[in-house]
Amino acid sequence: MLITLPILIPMLAAALCTLAWGQARLQTVIASLSSLAVLVVAAILLTNVRADGIQTAALGGWAAPFGITLVADLFACVMVLVAAITGFAVTLFSIAGTDRVRAANGQPPLMLCLLAAVSGAFLSGDIFNLYVWFELMLLSSFVLLTLGGDRRQIEGAIKYVTLNLVSSVLFLASVGLIYAATGTLNMAHLAVRLDELNDPRVATLLSAPLLVAFGIKAAVFPVFFWLPASYHTPPAVVSALFAGLLTKVGVYSIARVTLLMFDQEHAVLGEAVLLVAGLTMTTGVLGAIIQNDMRRILSFHIISQIGYMLMGLGIALVVSANPGESGEFGEAGLIALAGMVFYIVHHIIAKTNLFLVSGAILHDRGTAQLDRVNGLATTHPMLATLFMISALSLAGIPIFSGFWPKLALVTGGLTAGRYVIVAVSLAVSLCTLFSMVKIWSGAFWGSPDEADTPERPAPTRRAWATMLTPIAMLAALNIALGLGAGPMYSLARETAAQLLDSGAYIDAVLGADFDESPGRVDQ
Amino acid sequence: MSPIAVLSVAVLFAAGAYMLLRRSMVKLVIGLVLVGHAANLLIFAAARPERGRPALVERGADAPAAPYSDPLPAALVLTAIVIGFSIVSYTIVLIRRAYEDAGSDDLKTFTSTDR
Repeated sequence: MLITLPILIPMLAAALCTLAWGQARLQTVIASLSSLAVLVVAAILLTNVRADGIQTAALGGWAAPFGITLVADLFACVMVLVAAITGFAVTLFSIAGTDRVRAANGQPPLMLCLLAAVSGAFLSGDIFNLYVWFELMLLSSFVLLTLGGDRRQIEGAIKYVTLNLVSSVLFLASVGLIYAATGTLNMAHLAVRLDELNDPRVATLLSAPLLVAFGIKAAVFPVFFWLPASYHTPPAVVSALFAGLLTKVGVYSIARVTLLMFDQEHAVLGEAVLLVAGLTMTTGVLGAIIQNDMRRILSFHIISQIGYMLMGLGIALVVSANPGESGEFGEAGLIALAGMVFYIVHHIIAKTNLFLVSGAILHDRGTAQLDRVNGLATTHPMLATLFMISALSLAGIPIFSGFWPKLALVTGGLTAGRYVIVAVSLAVSLCTLFSMVKIWSGAFWGSPDEADTPERPAPTRRAWATMLTPIAMLAALNIALGLGAGPMYSLARETAAQLLDSGAYIDAVLGADFDESPGRVDQ
Repeated sequence: MSPIAVLSVAVLFAAGAYMLLRRSMVKLVIGLVLVGHAANLLIFAAARPERGRPALVERGADAPAAPYSDPLPAALVLTAIVIGFSIVSYTIVLIRRAYEDAGSDDLKTFTSTDR
């Protein structure tokens, strides 16, 4: 029952918001309260799953593998929890940080729909159901992206919509092929059937379009162009929500599908994922270095950091295919995958926060172009401090949250003997620091130049305080995750161990005594 | 898959991909529609439907007599069609807005967010 709540609460709240159409304040309050409720539910769910193991729910009472199953394992729970934190922070920010017209005309319910869809995608144990959540997520993001209808928004949306629809079509086609080859859609059952088939050609044919589709959603190297073309066009609240959640659903799906379903493919997939990871982090950070708009720099950083997450996954896949003569690399896979989980958590929090900071700057100065904003450290020291915390986190400076997952990834990489990717990741880290410093010296240092500030009302003290609250909250989380890295790492390690043990997932979904149904009809 | 269905899927994908790569926005949308249909037809055909054998259970029997058409792919396609319909409606409104803003159907005029 609990497991359905992260989906049901935001959906019901979205319906309530629709009833309160036109009343911006009421809708925003509903949105904040319901995302807080999701946060609480997700925390309880995570505690339960950690204590009692993987939980499942068969929707409509149809037992797996026939009905749609929701599966809450540690990975899903951690992701839902972080998504809820993002949702809460962003809705809180939107109380003061969004314009009245958008807030009254659908922004809060759409944000809630997006949150419901993201939770649904994390919790779904059925691959077609995953497709449906992806589509719901896409549709809400389409409307959020274009709401207001600025010329720039429309332009960004055309690119975003086209590339994401191509990815959806690939996803849909591969779901059809998967069903044709295996006769099932339940992911645990798919793992069993693909194992029975034991045909690497079929597995390759099925995994390739699926992973390309997820790769587009995750904005990995050759297919990331939609992201920097669109993320800086909508209002800051919307881009913060997108930055925190959307691409990570793609990464989550890649990890879930490769680790659970395509056992025989791990060697090939691992090498492919590592290659893509290296190229993704490099191109992302190089793109970020030459940009001038703060939100575009941050958008390119998302791409770069997707590479780090894939690096953890790639090492885990390579190691699981070849654990060494006496399994000496086994530990490396676990460490790297734990690094990935930790990295995703840290990244979502830090990245959402940096986008919220850029939103606050937009509200104060009317632009986030680095050559037109100056001296924020003098005028807004609090904002500057909070920015610095998240920026240093992102670059991986010790005591902040970004250091530990990078340490885990590098340790995993070195233990597994993958020196190239480790070297690349360290070089990219340095470039990340460089571009964070570029934002710092561009926007925060210097003396505030009155001539450059356009004639616009500055936010009131109260509005400013409301905007700073979620930013401070997320920055505090960044510090807490850095100082409390021990407990977080052990959670990430448990999550990784559970991810690598696909047998436990299958048993939890299908039941330990599951036997191929006697009524199975072979065509 | 029957050869006709295979050919249709291939032609739809190819035509869709060609249209997606054109510079005109209207053709872009037509391309999206075509590849969407190709995926739907692919799901339907890949499940090897049996002509004239719906999955109906005879009175007194527990299961439909084999061979029968699997009803699930039809349900999947139906879901996908509904989603595809809503997305195409959205896209058409989007390109109309874009046309009103830019006064042009040419995608090359939409480069300001790339810089």
